[in-house]
Amino acid sequence: MKLKKGIPVIDQGNKLGFWGGKFGGNFVPETLKKPIEDLEILFNKLKKDNKFINERDKYFKNWVGSPTRFIKLENLTKHVGGAQIWSKVVSDANGGAHKIYNATVHCLLAKRSGKKIICGDTGAGYAGKMLSMAAKKFGLKCKIFMGAKDIQRQQPNVKAMKKNGAEVIPVYSGSQTLVDAVSECMRYWVANCDKVAMCVGSTVGPAIFVRICGWSTSQISRELKIQLINEFGSVPKKLKLYNCVGGGSSSFGFWNEFMDYDKKQCEFIGVEAGGPAKSKKHAAPLTYGSKIGILHGAAQYVNQNTDGQIEETESISAGLDYPGVSPLHCFLKDTKRARYTAASDEEALNAYKLVTKFEKLRPSLEPSHAFSVAIADSKKLSKDTIVVVNSCGDAYKDRGILEKRLGKKYV
Amino acid sequence: MFNPISFAFKKAKSENRPALLTYTVAGDSSKKQSLEILKSISKKVDILEIGVPHNTPVADGSQIQTSSYRAIKNGIKVNDIFKIVKDFKKFDKNKPIILMGYYNMIFQYGENEFLKKCKISGVNGLIVVDLPWPENKKFATKCKKKSIFFIQLLSPTTSKSRLKKIINDSHEMIYFISMLSTTGGKLKVSSQEIMSNYDKIKKVNSKKNVVIGFGITEKTIKSLKKADGLVVGSAICKEITNSIKKSQNPVTNVYNVVNRLKNKIK
Repeated sequence: MKLKKGIPVIDQGNKLGFWGGKFGGNFVPETLKKPIEDLEILFNKLKKDNKFINERDKYFKNWVGSPTRFIKLENLTKHVGGAQIWSKVVSDANGGAHKIYNATVHCLLAKRSGKKIICGDTGAGYAGKMLSMAAKKFGLKCKIFMGAKDIQRQQPNVKAMKKNGAEVIPVYSGSQTLVDAVSECMRYWVANCDKVAMCVGSTVGPAIFVRICGWSTSQISRELKIQLINEFGSVPKKLKLYNCVGGGSSSFGFWNEFMDYDKKQCEFIGVEAGGPAKSKKHAAPLTYGSKIGILHGAAQYVNQNTDGQIEETESISAGLDYPGVSPLHCFLKDTKRARYTAASDEEALNAYKLVTKFEKLRPSLEPSHAFSVAIADSKKLSKDTIVVVNSCGDAYKDRGILEKRLGKKYV
Repeated sequence: MFNPISFAFKKAKSENRPALLTYTVAGDSSKKQSLEILKSISKKVDILEIGVPHNTPVADGSQIQTSSYRAIKNGIKVNDIFKIVKDFKKFDKNKPIILMGYYNMIFQYGENEFLKKCKISGVNGLIVVDLPWPENKKFATKCKKKSIFFIQLLSPTTSKSRLKKIINDSHEMIYFISMLSTTGGKLKVSSQEIMSNYDKIKKVNSKKNVVIGFGITEKTIKSLKKADGLVVGSAICKEITNSIKKSQNPVTNVYNVVNRLKNKIK
């Protein structure tokens, strides 16, 4: 299995949509073949269309707020006493997380296809919140599917979605989290694909959704590359990019522009959710060697039992609480371009405490997982190593959990 | 290849009626009871579809989801399903059985091993909801080698050119999804529209046995009786759920539903 240079990773799948010949694909009911093909044709055309790209860039700049900041975490660097720790503050983006890029692009595509309703899934609520914002902006009706358990633990985002006029549909099946929300959203699309556009909230699902999402979030690394060159004169000789990985949309976007660099110069570290330290359950299929299986239309490494039933996950972070992972990350793992590890709930909470103690930055529980590993690694790294952590979400949505686990002063 | 599925269609045709196909989930509500249900409805039904329950089904509505979760919760494993088929075949060896499920279950078992087990236990056909054409070409060929029908699905969204290619690659039976819906949705299109789509399929190749499924209940079955076969699934799963709720015997209640369905298409 080989990563090709000079071709965007999203376009390295084969005719049937498999990366490395085995990850991704289109394991979908016959009914969805046509709408997926229509979306493929539309996207393949528009991604080469300068007018469309300009339109995207205009919205990214003026509405999403691009570029998001790239800042040095001086105090944290001093405290850790190793590598220079920097952060790409993607949570600056309108709405407070990277999910806005994918949501914006899907709404632009829906407009072009003439559909008036858009549906989407959400875990932490960010994908749903951003889709509701973008839908409102572009005059589309919006339906968001969200696990009942997630609705309970991410109330601020639920309120935001409703305020934006979206209908939030609670999903009570299975574990009542993201995995069931995605299933229910796909089922809704199966029954309504003639009138409704679907936005999959991460780089997961049938191949076209993986591609659209990866294409959208790549804005993050496009900005970062310019910011690195402005800051250091060139892309640093020792660069390490840390990002949390649930479905994998922010990490893919954070790395994409650096894909062709040698990994000795530019290393990618993906941090999955290890779950509570004492629990056997986790949301880290890459780290813990889960077997390849099919989930939500794509072949990927996924937590499952020997029969092929998808297993329940457990994580403090709703945004990472997903049993599978993007086919793109499976591909990057097997080609050894990226390495993957996990942080536990407790490690993420400690990292959150440390970052907020030293810096004016409040990473949500998802990037706190990445900070945890970045901080631990930085201690052992030389001072000329540039560590960059994607702070891809703001902790506002987590205040209920933070108050419960760490006390009021951390909220 | 000889397959009792072909014979079942022939028999129904000779009686001037569509074949009746039922769908029940293996292990719902228990391994033992799902076998009892199959045995009790066997003489009224032409082809038995048995669902292989999966916990992230992307094409099933709430009734089949409920049945599937119940079966999984009660501990059903793939090997138990083969055992149910085998035990049933001891009771009625000529009744065709089709397993219907999601590809991950087959993938984890291993395609070859799965087919071997199908053959040994007496499975006659397979429907894999999320393995569409052309992705299913290789697996369909493997099925054929074992004289097991791989049943292709067609939907109202299937384009004309695609329809022809799929039919061309299909075995003797084809499953037409009546409307844009998950299983068990309310029939939201007219029976005329469904039959006109059905005719388009038959026009491409009249020799294929085409069954219609999704949204078929006691209320709607009669209006579609010109088809080669009709599949009822969610309505039966719902009956099991209701029977459990009312502490009644699902076996008797399901038999009664199937009996009424059969009478409507005689």
